Amino acid sequence: MSWPGSIFDTAGSQAERIARLAWFIITVSTITYVVVIAATALAVRRARSRRTHDDLADIRAETDRRLARLVGIATAVTTLLLLVYVTATARTGRAIAWPTEAQQPLTIEVTGHQWWWQFRYRDTVPSNWLTTSNELHIPVGRPVRIILLSNDVIHSFWVPELHGKQDLIPGHRNTMWLRADKPGTWKGRCAEFCGFQHAKMAFDVVAESPEKFNQWYVSQLASAPPPTDSSAIQGHDVFVQRTCIMCHTIAGTPAGSGVGPELTHIASRPSIAAGSLPNTRQNLARWILNPQLIKPGVKMPPNPLPPADMKALVDYLETLK
Amino acid sequence: MNDLTIRRDRLVAIGFVLATGVLACRREERRFDDSSAASSALAAVTQDTLQPGVPRPHVTVVSRSEGNAFDISEGKRLFDQWNCSGCHSHGGGNMGPPLMDDEWIYGSAPENIVATIVEGRPNGMPSFRGRIQPQQLWQLAAYVRSLAGLQSKAPSSGRDDHMQVKVDESRTPIRTPRASASRNTPAKSEKP
Repeated sequence: MSWPGSIFDTAGSQAERIARLAWFIITVSTITYVVVIAATALAVRRARSRRTHDDLADIRAETDRRLARLVGIATAVTTLLLLVYVTATARTGRAIAWPTEAQQPLTIEVTGHQWWWQFRYRDTVPSNWLTTSNELHIPVGRPVRIILLSNDVIHSFWVPELHGKQDLIPGHRNTMWLRADKPGTWKGRCAEFCGFQHAKMAFDVVAESPEKFNQWYVSQLASAPPPTDSSAIQGHDVFVQRTCIMCHTIAGTPAGSGVGPELTHIASRPSIAAGSLPNTRQNLARWILNPQLIKPGVKMPPNPLPPADMKALVDYLETLK
Repeated sequence: MNDLTIRRDRLVAIGFVLATGVLACRREERRFDDSSAASSALAAVTQDTLQPGVPRPHVTVVSRSEGNAFDISEGKRLFDQWNCSGCHSHGGGNMGPPLMDDEWIYGSAPENIVATIVEGRPNGMPSFRGRIQPQQLWQLAAYVRSLAGLQSKAPSSGRDDHMQVKVDESRTPIRTPRASASRNTPAKSEKP
């Protein structure tokens, strides 16, 4: 049972429990379904074999009692099954709500925006706080505390391979726990309709060994290197003198607005525009030129830059590893 | 009640629903990519009709954002996100002049407001030339006008995303704009 975004293709103990519950309910429900359909078919056949009116009217006290007992048993079994479902669901919910180990968790603040994700890694040292967009890296085996916030409307955070869904509600803090037990890359997505581009609000999840994670963390904390070749220098000037600067941040430059996604290390990300497009040179240019063609309604306006400026800008963005 | 009356009532009801639809569509129209938003014509806009010599033909720029609920609410979002409140404080003014009164130093027409944002004004208003796309300029202007009650109430916003600090725009009384008596001076300081 493996396809992208499958809840049965698990990578953590929480998703494992959820998958086990799903299998249990699917199995029991399938058996119940088959039994009920078989009983109905049997009843229809028996009614057909008694063609005459007299036969149908022939209900004796004994038959009546037998039928009442059968209906009573069926009702009791149904109630019992539903109670078993409730108990199993509650037990699963309890088992996945909180991590059992006392290991120091990693805290990540997730903010949902129309239509992209912002991740802020918290640390006891404020200078180690890290902000990224649309890309979530987590170390394998360490519990991660996810704090869910929203900037505008209700979104829902869902990485099917790791855990169930949890809502991001404006003006409210939700908390959930994650732990990846094996390395991998998955797509997370928004699971609550949040406007025009709800379908194109995804993020990349990368679970990696603690050493690799630390390496990534340190590389992300660094400011953007100043551009060296002439085209990239021109691209930097385009970025800080045109519309880009109104919404985006590139650490190490005057661009520091918090409206749109942070772009300090955009070239290191696998996708752009919240998982809408693979991060290639051509897609970057297409996206900057007219995001409304790719994600109609997205808050980024079209940027009809002259070809030379666009080339320089993309050259510059590609240096932001 | 006979059949005819019922039929007439039904016709009136259908007509009413259709009319509502026709009237409401302009308010609700959402243009995501309005590259036709007037920008080149802005260069010909003047703030005063008085000119030496033979006057040039008068240029009017029509803002498509006027009376459009989507554009006004986008303007409101941008006003917050780009920190216009840093100086204009949700329209109440502080370092910058208030925007919710009837006094306009540099004109109250949408094209005047766009020109003010693009060019900047003395004593603090920065120039946003080249930093904001034309469509967003018109959205901002439409919102600023709703702050002063220069938009009709129907498309104006009825709520704030942050703590409510003033009467919302849909309940702001409609005011007649007037030119400022003393230029560059916030109206507040003139009051006793």
